[in-house]
Amino acid sequence: MTPTNGAEQSPARRFSVPTATAVLAMIIIAPLVITGVVNLHQFRKAYRTKVANELSVMIERHSLTVDAFINDRLSDVRVIAREHPIERLRQPEFLRRVLGVMREEYHGAFVDLGLVDSEGIQVAYAGPFNLQMADYSAATWFQDAMASESVISDVFAGLRGSPHFIVATQRKIGNDLYVVKATIDFEAFNALVENLRIGSTGFAFIINREGEFQTSPHFEVALNRPPWVDLLKGRIRSDQISVLEGEDNLGRKTIFTIAPLKQGQWFLCYQQETSDAFAELRRVQEFAAVVLIVVSLAAVFMGYLISRNLAQRLSEAHRDRTVMAHQVIETGRLASIGELAAGIAHEINNPVAIMVQEAGWIDDLLGEGDPCSSENLAEITRAVGQIRTQGDRCKEITYKLLSFARKTDPTIREVALNEIVDEVIGLTSQKTRYANVRIETELDPNLPVIQASPSELQQVLLNLVNNAIDAIERPGGTVTVATGGAGGEVVLEVRDTGKGIPEANLGRIFDPFFTTKPVGQGTGLGLPICYGIVEKMGGRITVESEIEKGTTFTVFIPRVAPEGITNVQSNPEGDGS
Amino acid sequence: MMEPSVLLVDDEVPFVETLVKRLAKRDIRVDFAYSGQEALEKLAASGPTKIDVVILDVKMPGMDGLETLARIKKAHPLIEVIMLTGHATVESAIEGMKNGAFDYLMKPCEFEILIEKLNGATDKKRAHEEKILEARASLISLRRGD
Repeated sequence: MTPTNGAEQSPARRFSVPTATAVLAMIIIAPLVITGVVNLHQFRKAYRTKVANELSVMIERHSLTVDAFINDRLSDVRVIAREHPIERLRQPEFLRRVLGVMREEYHGAFVDLGLVDSEGIQVAYAGPFNLQMADYSAATWFQDAMASESVISDVFAGLRGSPHFIVATQRKIGNDLYVVKATIDFEAFNALVENLRIGSTGFAFIINREGEFQTSPHFEVALNRPPWVDLLKGRIRSDQISVLEGEDNLGRKTIFTIAPLKQGQWFLCYQQETSDAFAELRRVQEFAAVVLIVVSLAAVFMGYLISRNLAQRLSEAHRDRTVMAHQVIETGRLASIGELAAGIAHEINNPVAIMVQEAGWIDDLLGEGDPCSSENLAEITRAVGQIRTQGDRCKEITYKLLSFARKTDPTIREVALNEIVDEVIGLTSQKTRYANVRIETELDPNLPVIQASPSELQQVLLNLVNNAIDAIERPGGTVTVATGGAGGEVVLEVRDTGKGIPEANLGRIFDPFFTTKPVGQGTGLGLPICYGIVEKMGGRITVESEIEKGTTFTVFIPRVAPEGITNVQSNPEGDGS
Repeated sequence: MMEPSVLLVDDEVPFVETLVKRLAKRDIRVDFAYSGQEALEKLAASGPTKIDVVILDVKMPGMDGLETLARIKKAHPLIEVIMLTGHATVESAIEGMKNGAFDYLMKPCEFEILIEKLNGATDKKRAHEEKILEARASLISLRRGD
């Protein structure tokens, strides 16, 4: 057991306001951030699902509209082909009339109307261009129309050089096969899709399986990038609506929605930048961030206030403790005086008793017939001498007591430790005599002087020696006080051959008010006071004990008192000459 | 009535010397010892009847007053003991009285009071001795069958 640490920091100094602030702020902020992040993640997931669903529904609706538009136009053409005899259809005037009705009905969606024979020659035509007798035998839509009953072509420039697409259906008269075809205005069709715009970045367009645009996209679209390239290579299912996320051709995060049209021949595509689609989400995130920042600032501020308050209280408590420690030392000193006084009362009573007896003896002699006889005079002289001797003895005792009873003087001065040892041993001589204790000293004659408070050193040593004497039981024993020097320290050792300290108590001997003496005989302050004083001196105190063998207390005291207690001699500065 | 015979035991030599002189002046037979051990030896040498009262200091180096008292009472039950004590040892003086001491005196004590206590102790001892003598006499007469 070595409670030797003299450099223990005060709790107020160990407490750091910034650290405490950080810890407190973390305690508040950490759960907030965790909850926030989890909530935000959940919200984002839910919101994404919602956006994807909305997009799907919207695109599905539009794809149905587009499909319906195309199919309606095909039906119109089929009705014309079925309803009217071929003779009529061969007349351009008739066709022109029908076209006029349809243009009126469908706001100009139909551009022209024509009848093509099996050779691919347009035998009748109504429309703005002069395409009478035009040859379509090489056109894809014509070949398709010859193969199947009716056809809707892709958008192409065709003979006239402007984009359009063609709706065509067969008409069989005997062995002759005719094709009734109508051209659908690209602009009218394009408007169907172009009006599909959401937010600031959302737009729609239609492509066919070959990657040809069927409508003109509002913004540039690079079809050689995902997901279009996957779509064109058939890696995306063409029988359902897909919602995908990726980067667009400018590297912006984008959400893509693809819906099949025309039995999977065309695709209605919609793309919108993610940030735009999720604008609501971003607003929520921004709001959460603002809240988090505000709350964090508040937490830091509160943490700072609380820590500062705490630090203040700690330092106050420390100050109180310091004052209390001082009071405890003073109390202990008074207790030591009380203990001393009891011993000294007896010590004084002995010479006083002798003086009283000598005075009585002189009275006896004076009461005799002839007090001036030479024999009586000699006796009286001896008695007076004895009274003086005993008086001196009393004086010596009271001086010793007074020298200790002075208020503890913490002033640092040069002290010869050996002199203090002699003084203290003088003070305890009476006690040792009656306890059958022999005091031995092993003093180092070359011990350097140290800087310390003599009265404090005296108290440390007196407490240790008193304890050592008390530890010795009948029939007596030896207390050895030794001094020595080691490096920058002097060492003071108090050894006794007493009963020793049980292991269980060894850890508590420096605790205030711990005592094993009967009530009223020990204050439990002696060793705590020694510990306090030695620690203040920058020294340390150690103890070794063995039951029935004895105890040794060793005090190490630095030769120079620690800074802050002593006045350090200042070095001459700037003296270079 | 015979003057008391006293044994004074204290480790303070000048105290013993002067007190011996003063007691002797009052025709009190007085012997002295400077330690408990010496006192026991003197008592053993002088025989049980010769010393009536022991004046015993409580606090002495070596064998202390209480232990000396116990040994005296064991070896010589009739001898009365007056304890002398300083302030700090009143408790031990009382302890001594429980163990058969006649009385105790605080140092420094009035000489007259000391003489008074001495006489009281002597009387008590004499009375004890007489009772014992009477008891023996009646025992003898009983045996004779009177």
